[in-house]
Amino acid sequence: MLLRRQVSLAIRRPIEIGNPLVFFAIVVAMFPLGIGPASEQLAIIAPGALWIIALLSSLLTSDSVFRSDFDDGSLEQLLLAPQPLYLSVLAYLCAHWIVTGLLLALVSPVFALMLNLPAAAVGTLMASLALGTAVLSLVGGIGAALTVGLKRGGMLISLLILPLYIPVLIFGTAAVQAAVSGAPAGPFLALLGAMLSLAVALGPLATAAGLRISIDA
Amino acid sequence: MWSFFHKLGSPPWLYGIAGTIVRWLLPITIMALLAGAAWGLLFTSPDFRQGNSYRIIYIHVPSAVVALAGYYVMAIAGAVSLIWRMKMADVAMKAAAPIGAALTFIALFTGALWGKPTWGTWWEWDARITSMLILLFLYVGVVALYEAFDNKVAAGRACAILSLVGMVNIPIIYKSVDWWYSLHQPASIKFSGESAIDSSMLYPLLLMIGAFYALFTCCLLMNMRAELLQRESRTAWVRKLVEQDGAH
Repeated sequence: MLLRRQVSLAIRRPIEIGNPLVFFAIVVAMFPLGIGPASEQLAIIAPGALWIIALLSSLLTSDSVFRSDFDDGSLEQLLLAPQPLYLSVLAYLCAHWIVTGLLLALVSPVFALMLNLPAAAVGTLMASLALGTAVLSLVGGIGAALTVGLKRGGMLISLLILPLYIPVLIFGTAAVQAAVSGAPAGPFLALLGAMLSLAVALGPLATAAGLRISIDA
Repeated sequence: MWSFFHKLGSPPWLYGIAGTIVRWLLPITIMALLAGAAWGLLFTSPDFRQGNSYRIIYIHVPSAVVALAGYYVMAIAGAVSLIWRMKMADVAMKAAAPIGAALTFIALFTGALWGKPTWGTWWEWDARITSMLILLFLYVGVVALYEAFDNKVAAGRACAILSLVGMVNIPIIYKSVDWWYSLHQPASIKFSGESAIDSSMLYPLLLMIGAFYALFTCCLLMNMRAELLQRESRTAWVRKLVEQDGAH
């Protein structure tokens, strides 16, 4: 129920769904403009560049996951509700992932084309982005919960969660690089799946604790 | 016996106990550091392959080991403050963060100095160096999060959660040399059986590791005393301390 509410709230303002995608498109455009449009060069950096831009989009949108509900007081009501906070948090972050990460994973072939990623790797790119951005949403939720009450949060959330994002980045790009060079990407996707399991099991607990702290502060 | 632990929960007692420990531990730490450094620098023979440049191991390895252990100290102190609501535990956590960050930086810096003559490069993105860099960012993140909160009780709890979340990185650092092919060699010091490092080099290294642990403890206790004075600056016992010291 909460999940449906969150997704419908997000859909009501399509510009908020569009923003991360436009950000992604603009930054993808910046890479050839900054590094030079030589297609072999772009193909070499494409896996890493696509993943880094996905990471940054996730980072920018994570900050506001709880903020609007914190500001109008409905987050406090959520804490008082009888439902376990773990499930409510999971609903918030699932909705966040559907409108940011999953959407990005589905649209990524277009950007892969712009950066000359070999066609063989596009499927792996979509799979790795889908799994990886789910982990990023869950981890980003922890940072968002800890900083939602701060007035001058600003860059702090980036400092807190980027170190936790790094393993996802390493294995996500490794998966796509493996697919580019013809090696099996399965092991790396399996590791991403393992990270997702850990994040789903423990992330919302930390996020819930962080929300309680922010509300009490 | 338990009353000793209960006393640790009271700021003036903790201040006093920490002061007593530092008073005898600090000279021992300094002596151990000097002895270990002298032994390692002067009284061990040069390495077969690396010559004399290996001697930075006597700073690099101890600082890395204590940086990892210090993160556990910080995370466990945070967990104690969250679970048992001991306020003094979050003083310990807050005090440990900058020390751990400094030790991680020393480890990375001395590692870079060592890498140039031996590997030919100042920096390499292998598994252990990268995960130590992540550890540095985690430490700095804890310090930054604490400063960002106005309400210091909430700050302590938030930092406790952040330290616990980052705790997953420590086993990764430790096992990274076993799980991935990297420039770093696999572990040479084993608790059971023969160590791969020669005894003449092992013993000064162990002495330096012990000295660094003692150094961490001294710094932690001194930081905690400073933090206690700052937190309790309006209480009678602090005012009495200041008056007594002012009279000397």
